[in-house]
Amino acid sequence: MKNPLKKLKQIIVNASAKSGEGHIPSAFSVLDILWVLYDKILKIDPKNPRAHDRDFFILSKGHASLGLYAVLAEKGFFHFSEFENFGKFNSRLGGHPDRNKVPGVEASTGSLGHGFPISIGVALGLKIKKINNQVFVLVGDGECNEGTVWESALLASHHNLSNLCCVVDYNHSTDRALEMGDIADKFKSFGWDACAINGHNHEEIYNALVKKSDKPKVIIANTIKGYGAKIMENNPAWHHKSPSPEEFDILLEELS
Amino acid sequence: MRKQLVKTVESIMEQDKRVALLLGDIGVFGFKKSFELFPDRVFNIGILEQSTIGLAAGLSMQELIPIVHTIAPFLVERGIEQLKDDFGYQKLGGNFVSVGASYDYAALGCTHHCPGDVGMLRNIPGMEIILPGTAKEFDVLFKESYANGNPTYYRLSEKANASDYPVKFGKAEIVKKGKLATIIAVGPMLELAMMAADGLDVTILYYTAIIPFDKKTLKENSESGKILLCEPYYVGALLPEILETLSPKPVSIETIGVPLQMMTSYGIAREHDESIGITYKNIREKLLKLINQ
Repeated sequence: MKNPLKKLKQIIVNASAKSGEGHIPSAFSVLDILWVLYDKILKIDPKNPRAHDRDFFILSKGHASLGLYAVLAEKGFFHFSEFENFGKFNSRLGGHPDRNKVPGVEASTGSLGHGFPISIGVALGLKIKKINNQVFVLVGDGECNEGTVWESALLASHHNLSNLCCVVDYNHSTDRALEMGDIADKFKSFGWDACAINGHNHEEIYNALVKKSDKPKVIIANTIKGYGAKIMENNPAWHHKSPSPEEFDILLEELS
Repeated sequence: MRKQLVKTVESIMEQDKRVALLLGDIGVFGFKKSFELFPDRVFNIGILEQSTIGLAAGLSMQELIPIVHTIAPFLVERGIEQLKDDFGYQKLGGNFVSVGASYDYAALGCTHHCPGDVGMLRNIPGMEIILPGTAKEFDVLFKESYANGNPTYYRLSEKANASDYPVKFGKAEIVKKGKLATIIAVGPMLELAMMAADGLDVTILYYTAIIPFDKKTLKENSESGKILLCEPYYVGALLPEILETLSPKPVSIETIGVPLQMMTSYGIAREHDESIGITYKNIREKLLKLINQ
């Protein structure tokens, strides 16, 4: 399929500008990873999103929800018209994803450090049930401040969860608070298979995701927060900010 | 009750292949046989309670039925956000069985006390809270509810009532009928309440479920408008339910329970009971005061 990411970014900017809500730079940071996952990797049926024989993806950094919604809509889980109501009282699409509202969302996340432990349980559950599907979870480098990330890293290797792949969206947003250093090395020391890639290069993302391992696997995706929108790239002021009318025009022109 | 937990879980795991047991490095010796019988479904997860609860939620998403077991403060106070977000918000079923109650581990100090568990958990919408009064009652209540699809907390304690009652999940038992006042005795408080009420013309209602709360039984057995609430945790967790149930009728309420304070003494649980007035004599005094109002 033709790469639709510019279109998806426009939809994300539109939804955020209209609602005054949303974390645009986080969505742009993970969008390439999500697209490759849903376009090339995950065995999941938009018409039957809770099928028993599906792969699982959990967006542990739930504030990147706009990126997930955009990819899910592009893949047919729901219609793009839902973005019109993003963040509104009765909308299914909120600032963090809700598994009980949005088709294709596996876990309701938001508070950091929750989705990763849940993914451990899903992967362990598949092993208990002797089902061969894969589990993918995406965490942020800021989220890696949380103790539960490293508790989960211990659990995954101890229980030999080779059906689990964690992608770290390493956009260095936490550097100003707590530098995470070499995250791949840290996971390796916890018994994981680890590699680092350019998180905006689809070929690198794909090759890392399909690489087989007999251990749990972590992909350190080096990314740029706000990727593709120069005015917000690596600018922390944009973390949870919606564009003004002038900024909206600049963004849409760049994304057109 | 702890020995019964092992027996109950073992018998359920034998019959129900969906059940998985997660231990927080507590009770491992007791569950030795379960480890041997069900090696693929019994895990000593380790001392990482927050992630254990998240992991349990993942198992629940796989349509398995997790049982998480550890000491009350580590399960509830450490894991409260996981219980809220990973079970309450996700609307997943799971079972959380604690030991230690308010201060069973009296000699170990405040870090191992948990009189606040019920008050905290009742703020998680959808969470069920069960306090069995005896080992047999735990067996009955757990078997009735473990697979009901809701998150359920079972608070086990060293203290137990002398007799078993024919308990039902979410249903209060009428232990005794009288005219002058109604005692609400929660879980292992029944024994003291019965001693305190000896010879007095009062009703005793026995509650093993905080949530779901049996409003009907209270409404139909509180004609006096005088309520003595006996709880084994921080006092007053059930007051909102009682007031809501009896409103707009005016009621007089006396309470017995753990006062909101750090219990920095050590010793044994009975000494703590005595120091804060959880004695049949104090309950009787409060009951007489209520009757004579």
